[in-house]
Amino acid sequence: MPRTKKPTNGRARRTGRRSPVASVALIAIGLLFTGGAYAMVSTSTATAQTETASQQTISEGEKLFAANCATCHGLSADGTGTGPSLIGVGAASVDFQVGTGRMPMQANGPQAIVKPVQFTEEQTAALVAYVASLAPGPALPEAEYLDAEGDAAAGAELFRINCAMCHNVAGAGGALTEGKYAPALEGVSPEHIYEAMVTGPQNMPVFNDMNISPEDKRDIITYLKYLDNNPSPGGFALGSLGPVSEGLFLWIFGLGAIVALTVWIAAKSN
Amino acid sequence: MSTATNMKPAATKKPGGLTGAAANYIDERTSASTLVKELGRKIFPDHWSFMLGEVALYSFVIILLSGSFLTFFFQASMAEVHYDGSYVPLKGVEMSVAMASSLDISFDVRGGLLMRQVHHWAALLFVASIGLHMLRIYFTGAFRKPRELNWVIGFVLFILAMAEGFTGYSLPDDLLSGNGLRIIDGMVKGIPVVGTWISFLLFGGEFPGTDIVGRLYSLHILLLPAIIVALIAIHLLFVVVHKHTQYPGAGHTNERVVGYPVLPVYAAKAGGFFFIVFGVVMLMASFFTINPIWNYGPYDPSPVSAGTQPDWYIGFADGALRLVPPGLEWVWFGHTWSFNILIPLTVIGIFIVTVLIYPFIEAWITGDKREHHVLDRPRNAPTRTAIGAAGVTFYAGLWAAASSDIIATHFKLTMEGVIHALQVIVILGPFIAFFITKRVCLALQKKDREIVLHGYESGRIVRLPGGEYIEVHQPVDEYERWKLVSYADYQPLELTPNAQGKVSPLQRVRAGLSRWFFEDRIAPVGTKELEESHGDHH
Repeated sequence: MPRTKKPTNGRARRTGRRSPVASVALIAIGLLFTGGAYAMVSTSTATAQTETASQQTISEGEKLFAANCATCHGLSADGTGTGPSLIGVGAASVDFQVGTGRMPMQANGPQAIVKPVQFTEEQTAALVAYVASLAPGPALPEAEYLDAEGDAAAGAELFRINCAMCHNVAGAGGALTEGKYAPALEGVSPEHIYEAMVTGPQNMPVFNDMNISPEDKRDIITYLKYLDNNPSPGGFALGSLGPVSEGLFLWIFGLGAIVALTVWIAAKSN
Repeated sequence: MSTATNMKPAATKKPGGLTGAAANYIDERTSASTLVKELGRKIFPDHWSFMLGEVALYSFVIILLSGSFLTFFFQASMAEVHYDGSYVPLKGVEMSVAMASSLDISFDVRGGLLMRQVHHWAALLFVASIGLHMLRIYFTGAFRKPRELNWVIGFVLFILAMAEGFTGYSLPDDLLSGNGLRIIDGMVKGIPVVGTWISFLLFGGEFPGTDIVGRLYSLHILLLPAIIVALIAIHLLFVVVHKHTQYPGAGHTNERVVGYPVLPVYAAKAGGFFFIVFGVVMLMASFFTINPIWNYGPYDPSPVSAGTQPDWYIGFADGALRLVPPGLEWVWFGHTWSFNILIPLTVIGIFIVTVLIYPFIEAWITGDKREHHVLDRPRNAPTRTAIGAAGVTFYAGLWAAASSDIIATHFKLTMEGVIHALQVIVILGPFIAFFITKRVCLALQKKDREIVLHGYESGRIVRLPGGEYIEVHQPVDEYERWKLVSYADYQPLELTPNAQGKVSPLQRVRAGLSRWFFEDRIAPVGTKELEESHGDHH
């Protein structure tokens, strides 16, 4: 077009013309970067693996296991009448169960309840390493899925479809049969949410990567963290339990206040 | 008498200035003074429990006001759109226009969320205050002649209020309301033969269809409010016509109402009370979330959230469904007979009809045809109070069952345990409640009798000159005594042969029921008895 004829135009055209050497150089640089990045990532994973799998940590974990877990799970973690075999449950399962304080279990009951965490992070890592060394299983989640920076809307929809029937749409928890329950999800760390989905602790089904992809899991975590960080726009949420807590509040505090006021109004002046 | 002689010269100057002139202007054209004179001097007795109906009226006014605001922005359409409002976790999600406009009201209309919450909290308060008002009417016997019809109107209002509530709950087309409608759809389809037809008629095809929100909207903002307003008018008119009831007390008789006139005292109190109720609702709506539709998301037939319940007033029906044992479903004559639906429907139907016609049942059993303007103290009608307690227990059992899952999680119980306990409570509870309440009433009556005859124990022990120790009893004052002794003593109906000299089976049933109603009774203290008791030392 004649109007666009500017001095810069000609210069741009001149610089845009590449020599065949430049293309080769670009490909070479691209390959170098990709390869280098890959090598960096793979070496970091490799070092992580060697770290978790270091023989010292494993043997430390084994000792802790023998002292704290073997009563129910057996000395070789192959299960007894009172506890299941842990061979193949993977690192994620141990990190969830021990990291949330559910294990070691306090008492037999419909399900293991959350209680103060019993082990330090190093001890938990040692237990994780020991159980993970027994057989392959779900590994600890990658940090990229735990940043809670995904798509909250997609996560909310996935949560409603896959999780809300037990955990309630706002993650407030719900009842299951025979005294079991789905716990409230408020304040649960992204790692533990992810691990729970991968391993299906207690009565929870397993949502493996074929079922809900790691990206989708990240979206779900994003939605739950959104709920954690944004209080209800309507005021106090009354436990987010739905119409039951609303009705209870209305009868006790709403109508209670009204009745108290009627008594006040109708009281004879002294 | 001709009209011409009555005409006065228009130039007559009346005292009272502008107000007087304005009042006169209106009166000459509307004859309002007769009405004001009549209504303004209407006497209303003062007791807190008489204000519960007012609470219902005022909540209804609040509902009308906030509801009108909501209609400016709500769109009752089930067309699919992608949400594009300010709530992030729903951005881009496909939903109906109804849901999207409800979300816009909540997040993008100034004051919209407050109005939504005002509307919803006021609706819960409306039904709850009707319920409490109805309990007051029942336990004080205020439904007796001449007020039986007003009881029926009031109860129909209660049912209509529930219908209003349920249609409103269904309008936002969120997950919760859709689940509620699905249960209604299931209940309708559970009716043999016609159920499926009715369901398809209601939803315009297979559930959920694209019609139901628009239809419910018409009912919610047009038909039901119109009927409710008309019935409230009749209900209040009857209150004026019948005059207000009053509790027994000195000078309170069937012919005389003791209290304050409407103008100025009562009108001022009632007017002020409206603002108090409005204030309470506003406070609740400002500080407490109700129906967070943004959590529930748009309706989709596949997900059901844990803790999905109807609003409290439909809870008893939901509870009835939860309490039915599983497996009561058979195929007969090519149709599925869902007794797990039919049994709760029948039981609830019988319960509702019984409450509706209770005044007529009691009048028939007692044979009482007198007018009653003085209320019964609940203890002085032990059988009625006991029936009421049984009914309340039954209702409360069903109601609690609707929250069985929440009870289980929050009290660390098993779901099955809660359900089984409530099944027992719903079936046996009413009988236990009946027995206990009746005995408590009779005991209280005995205590009253004791107090009238011997006064209160003062705790002061006195030694008489002869050496005898007695406890001095404080005689009850006359106002108090009036309250304690003024109630009717009923006798069971006696079997009387009819004109043919026969006793019909119906008569036998009636006499039997009457005996059951009145066989245990404590007679009020009579004058003679009272005088005799005064001769005592006490």
